Amino acid sequence: METFTTVPKHKLNPSKWVDLYADYLFNYTISRVNDTIIAEDLVQDTFLAGLKSAENFKGEAAERTWLISILKRKIIDHYRKINSNKGKAEVKMDLNFDGEQEGSWLEQKVADTYDLNAEDAIQNKELGLAIQDCLTKLPKKQAEVFIKKTIQGMETEDICKELNITASNLWVIIHRARTTLMECLENNWYKNE
Amino acid sequence: MSKKKNTLLVSCEQAKHICDKMQYGEATLLERLKLRFRIMWCKATKSYSKKNSDLTQLCKEAKIKTLDKEKKVEMKRKIDGFS
Repeated sequence: METFTTVPKHKLNPSKWVDLYADYLFNYTISRVNDTIIAEDLVQDTFLAGLKSAENFKGEAAERTWLISILKRKIIDHYRKINSNKGKAEVKMDLNFDGEQEGSWLEQKVADTYDLNAEDAIQNKELGLAIQDCLTKLPKKQAEVFIKKTIQGMETEDICKELNITASNLWVIIHRARTTLMECLENNWYKNE
Repeated sequence: MSKKKNTLLVSCEQAKHICDKMQYGEATLLERLKLRFRIMWCKATKSYSKKNSDLTQLCKEAKIKTLDKEKKVEMKRKIDGFS
């Protein structure tokens, strides 16, 4: 009773990290580094770094938020490493600018020429994470079957064999998963659009 | 006439089931016809069908990836081995 106020809101449960967060962290990473192998390694590093600094976890943030904050640092480190390998990133500038354009020249020089696609990319990145979020709210079995069928594109027959269920079981599970996901995305995606 | 109608008539639940299968290209031509037929007059089926196609579309657009099963096993092993 006397320790009530010091009980942290959130606790770490590393044995469940892979099942609960690995795919979420993986998608988060892959949209930022664009390389499967590197993304896998960064997720792995994040889990290990999390274990190493588990004692620093104060329980104020949710487990996933805490892991994401570690992952962000890992991603930044990754880019630092690449940049130091390549030599510093260089922006070549023509300094003979027109006085009227003062203030805007630097932005023009460093503007990302792929900017037209950037909005779409950001949109897809967020959509991916919104779907992942909704997937974590499903019962484990439903999420597993839905991912195998929809995201990995496995055949009905193969899933049934692997999970030892009948085809009609599978369709009932798929139906429940889809209904929940539709509702979840309705609240978390369409409303934020 | 009425006989033909009966073969096309499915319940709302059956229509939803066909609609689910359709998202994965696993509904037969006859099933698709049955679904179309029901959508003509059943608002619940129509709304389900619309949301269901949207979900399929969103999943495609999002390009979600999952980690290999082996990779996950390896990660679990490393985490368990840490302590």
